[in-house]
Amino acid sequence: MVEIGGLAAGGFLGAVVRYAVARFVSGRWPGQFPFGTLLVNLLGSFLLGWLVGSGLGANETTALLLGTGFLGAFTTFSTFKLESWTLFRQGLGKKGLLYTGVTYVLGIAAAWLGFCL
Amino acid sequence: MTYVWVGAAGVVGTLLRYVLGVSVQRIVPSTVFPFGTLVVNLLGCLALGWFSHWMTDTNRLSPRIRAAVSAGLLGSFTTFSTFSVEAVQLFQHGLWWSGMAYVGISMFGGWGMVWLGARMGVKRKRVQHG
Repeated sequence: MVEIGGLAAGGFLGAVVRYAVARFVSGRWPGQFPFGTLLVNLLGSFLLGWLVGSGLGANETTALLLGTGFLGAFTTFSTFKLESWTLFRQGLGKKGLLYTGVTYVLGIAAAWLGFCL
Repeated sequence: MTYVWVGAAGVVGTLLRYVLGVSVQRIVPSTVFPFGTLVVNLLGCLALGWFSHWMTDTNRLSPRIRAAVSAGLLGSFTTFSTFSVEAVQLFQHGLWWSGMAYVGISMFGGWGMVWLGARMGVKRKRVQHG
């Protein structure tokens, strides 16, 4: 039950914060480039890499609450794929490639960096 | 408030991700390759592709429900952080081919699922509204 509580709390907060960031970013920097999703995905990848690398993730409660729960919900794969696909479909191929490349390369790099710190 | 709906849907998405991810990982022969995350991410892309193309003005879903489903439920059901860390761990263990396969299948499979879901969603919309 503690596990479900941790997952639920983390999931709730992760989703809310991601949504808030997306709204703030698109309000501040309106346009077609999905800066909001990019930000949460890079930051979330870094933080999870750090969490796992630090050994804190070995504690199951911490892992479920912060890792699977919060960071799992804070970041998103589906929104990223829909947004990049939409950019390609709108004929904004360069933006689509840039968004895709930056997300994968910097996202994985961020996770690695977090892990090593 | 929309935020509460997004959060509540986020709880559901997160729990589903955990349950499905663990279940898949349990039944696959290899325990190293992250099939669990791959399945939830691909499934989430299919669902979001479908929902975003089925749901339009003619379906009249409130912005609150749209946000709850797309950002809350499906946004939380899928994850990029877990994907990144798992890719890193595969590379760290020297499993370069597995790592590249994981990234590649996620990348192209994800787009494929969005496309497929979109087709299904548009078709469904046409059936409903003629």
